[in-house]
Amino acid sequence: MDSSGFSSPRTDCFPAGLRVLVVDDDPTWLKILEKMLKKCNYEVTTCNLAREALDLLRERKDGFDIVISDVNMPDMDGFKLLEHVGLEMDLPVIMMSVDGETSRVMKGVQHGACDYLLKPIRMKELRNIWQHVFRKRIHEVRDIEGHESLEELQMMRSGIEQSDDGYFFSGDLVSGKKRKDADNKHDDRVCGDPSSVKKARVVWTVDLHQKFVKAVNQIGFEKVGPKKILDLMGVPWLTRENVASHLQKYRLYLSRLQKENELKATFGGTKNSDISSKDPTGNVCLQNSIAQNATTVQQNILAKESYAVSGQNILIHNDEPKICEGNGKVIPSMPTTVSKKALFGDTADLAKSSTSRISFNHSFGPLDSDVKSEPKIQAEYSWSAEVPSFQFKQEHTAHFHSDHGFDHLPLPMHHNQVDSLERSLAHNPGTSSKESDTRAQAGLNNRRNQGIKNVTQAENTAALFSVQPESHLTDCHAIDPIQCSIWNSKNHCLQQNLFDDLQSSQRNLLAGTGSALRLWGEEFNDYSSQGDFYPPNTFLGNIDPFGYSNHELIADVPPNLYESLKFDSEYPTDPVEYPIDQGLYIA
Amino acid sequence: MQRQLANMKQSLFDQGYLDEQFIQLEELQDDANPNFVEEVVTLYYRDSARLIHNIEQALEKNPLDFGKLDSYMHQFKGSSSSIGAKKVKIECTQFREYCRTGNAEGCKKTFQQLKKEYATLKKKLEVYFQVARQAGPVEKACRPK
Repeated sequence: MDSSGFSSPRTDCFPAGLRVLVVDDDPTWLKILEKMLKKCNYEVTTCNLAREALDLLRERKDGFDIVISDVNMPDMDGFKLLEHVGLEMDLPVIMMSVDGETSRVMKGVQHGACDYLLKPIRMKELRNIWQHVFRKRIHEVRDIEGHESLEELQMMRSGIEQSDDGYFFSGDLVSGKKRKDADNKHDDRVCGDPSSVKKARVVWTVDLHQKFVKAVNQIGFEKVGPKKILDLMGVPWLTRENVASHLQKYRLYLSRLQKENELKATFGGTKNSDISSKDPTGNVCLQNSIAQNATTVQQNILAKESYAVSGQNILIHNDEPKICEGNGKVIPSMPTTVSKKALFGDTADLAKSSTSRISFNHSFGPLDSDVKSEPKIQAEYSWSAEVPSFQFKQEHTAHFHSDHGFDHLPLPMHHNQVDSLERSLAHNPGTSSKESDTRAQAGLNNRRNQGIKNVTQAENTAALFSVQPESHLTDCHAIDPIQCSIWNSKNHCLQQNLFDDLQSSQRNLLAGTGSALRLWGEEFNDYSSQGDFYPPNTFLGNIDPFGYSNHELIADVPPNLYESLKFDSEYPTDPVEYPIDQGLYIA
Repeated sequence: MQRQLANMKQSLFDQGYLDEQFIQLEELQDDANPNFVEEVVTLYYRDSARLIHNIEQALEKNPLDFGKLDSYMHQFKGSSSSIGAKKVKIECTQFREYCRTGNAEGCKKTFQQLKKEYATLKKKLEVYFQVARQAGPVEKACRPK
């Protein structure tokens, strides 16, 4: 887990100390494999449930070098685990099964398995697994070749073995930090120029992923190919292989999502699945085109607008419950519905209430910007858990985005508070609702003040401002959730731009965090689908480090969250509408 | 005593009860786990009892859920491969073949045979481990000729 702890022994006598996670529901095999791997001088962790393994992997993001997983497991298909690991951790995964049918092996390889071992597994096969880890590292090193000399210097210093990002940047880190911090720090370091996100291992930050998805969108999902994407993305250090492997994962992810939604969808399976599968694309497209194509002038305007909008915030919020009502899925009086349990979003019902709560919390809790952001995250889980009520989510997300932007920017960040508050929310669900209520009240006042303040800042953009809120309101009033989601995305863009204005560097940070968060969000879909739900814990574990490592980071987290939310929810936005929205802004 | 043990093992291989995997297990046995093979075999019999029970229940259903049976048997086969229970594994493969073709009678018949092999092996291994314990830790894994 601790990079510095492992890195030196690992370089000295690689592959000894290779950290292997073995997942098999068969206790006999687990015992044998553990013994075998130990005999190879590997460091073994065993796990008899796929779900548990995934938790473990998420908890200790850089705690393992390679995963060996059985194909058939009762709680989760080994292929699915494989896919998750590939998308989230980018670790080599070896599949094993007693079944050697070509189709099965093929499936494993298609899902990204680096090897497929047939049971009974022999020592000699295991002794050799380090090659997959090594191969991966070689590729990673190759990926960054030709980049900034600084980067290369660092690479050389840390050596091939340590080229995985955690160690790699440990020089920049305060000692005692976990690797995931390192990841974020790294993003931090590179901030200010999104195109220069360089790493030994290609980490698909939200930014990068957006570019990717945008490219995919432009080309068209059917005709898409790595080379084309690479050209469109225009990220010089990215290789065709990087893109190809990401595209493969992305496709798998989409197809799985689609399958899941076909199963889960309560309203019109096909429709929903379409939505979900294309979500990221549409949404990213939105963001990107606004964020990236917008001229600076536009950006400024947008930024101001968003301030201005905050003046209207209260209005907007008030409308939102109605929207929900319109859809008949949420109880309009948010504060009362606010359910503490909802935080954990175990069931669809809970999730509903949690969503409502979120919106409230967020809209009225400006007291502490960070506090808000954290609860949201949790909310995000619960809601994404709630696969069936899709439209729902969208609306709520809407709240989210809009509120957030406002609270967030003007306020100073007290990250310590955040963390503690967040914890209390997570751990003492009972009290949290009260807290949020109180906060809500105080927040309301605050917000008003804030709004006023902001409006004054907006000054000359008054005209713009008046136009803008109207469109929002219209959207909100329309019961159609799609409209709402558009609205969200708009706000989001605003935020995004604002951020750009304020501090482009922060944005990058966010992007980094966001990508991780987004993934989590996605994972939670799976959780919910299987009934188990551990997100708060995982989440806490993962996010805390951000807070501690950098105050600014925390402030930044929320926008990313939005992004991640959008991925899930905003695709429904009619592509046709999008330009119109943009037009509004520009006007 | 050592020779007796070696002979017993040899005959287990000769009669086709065990395969290479068993040797693998013996090779894993070391000072840290002097009874590793026995531990693994015990674990196998404990865990597979549950599977056998599941399969028995599934076989009482009418009509048979071949998908489910196949999945159970897949697990069972995987497990059996861990200790090198060769004959049991052969029955597993046969059983799955019958599942594939939807042969209920074949399944049931094979399952009886499977249980027989499973029990026979258990007995033989119990005796073997008893002798091994008496022979003491001097015993080293040796490949049957």
